[in-house]
Amino acid sequence: MALNDFFSMGGYGAYVWSSYGICAVVLLLNVIQPIIRERRTIRELQKRFSLAKENKSDKHS
Amino acid sequence: MYLPKWLHQFGAPKYFYDLSLCISRWAGIICIICFICGLYGGLVLAPADYQQGDSFRIMYIHVPSAWMSLFVYMVMAIAGGIGLIWRIKLAEIVARSSAPIGASFTFLALVTGSIWGKPMWGTWWVWDARLTSELILLFLYLGYIALQSAFEDRRVAARAGAILALVGIVNIPIIHYSVEWWSTLHQGPTITKLDKPSIHLSMLIPLLFMVFAFKTFYISTLLIRVRSEILEYECNTSWVKQLLGINNGIK
Repeated sequence: MALNDFFSMGGYGAYVWSSYGICAVVLLLNVIQPIIRERRTIRELQKRFSLAKENKSDKHS
Repeated sequence: MYLPKWLHQFGAPKYFYDLSLCISRWAGIICIICFICGLYGGLVLAPADYQQGDSFRIMYIHVPSAWMSLFVYMVMAIAGGIGLIWRIKLAEIVARSSAPIGASFTFLALVTGSIWGKPMWGTWWVWDARLTSELILLFLYLGYIALQSAFEDRRVAARAGAILALVGIVNIPIIHYSVEWWSTLHQGPTITKLDKPSIHLSMLIPLLFMVFAFKTFYISTLLIRVRSEILEYECNTSWVKQLLGINNGIK
């Protein structure tokens, strides 16, 4: 019963939990998006430099 | 213009990059701990409010987001101003990276406030001073973000954005004092009053944890964004090449 009370929030459950849910989604997106971007940036820069290096060594040989 | 030496070092991208790795990790850990304490205290331990019942628990996310929406805007405008005056790349990066986080906080403040308003005021939205000025803040953030992608040259975009942010700073005191200057549905400040705060300790302590959690959340995610931008800005320098493990053969 105690758990039920907790989720019903004295009748305001829908309001309380929807706002906490939206908050969780927005904050999580704010964590995931920059991490994905950091990884992509590192990967792209590595690719760009390794391509530049290949071109350089091709010309020398 | 004169600038102390330590500030120059702090503004050096490589120095800041290394420092930010450490800070963002620790801020992240503190953020998670504060979230756990704040959520447990706010949702479980704190008693229901005698007027608002359990709906007051929305406060634990509404108030920190609203405070942070103003705080992040100030950081964005001041960093933009520093970038404008001293042409420090790092300040421009901080300003630009703050915008999406600040917009998220503003969005959260508006949405959670609206959800709180429905059972308490009987309406989702009223066009009063506090709500309208907060909505304008959201548009300022969105305008700033749009401006950033409108320019090819990042440094020109940073300058244009800084001017927009500095002009928009007018809105910040309006939001803060709106509940005192105009009559409104929004309740007045309960915590930042100069005399004793009109909130019980068992409700206040979780709120302080949540405020701290939001602040460290901002620091931590801001620094991740800043690092990506530094790499893009500095991609032709030797320290970035070394960092990415592609120093072999490039002299």
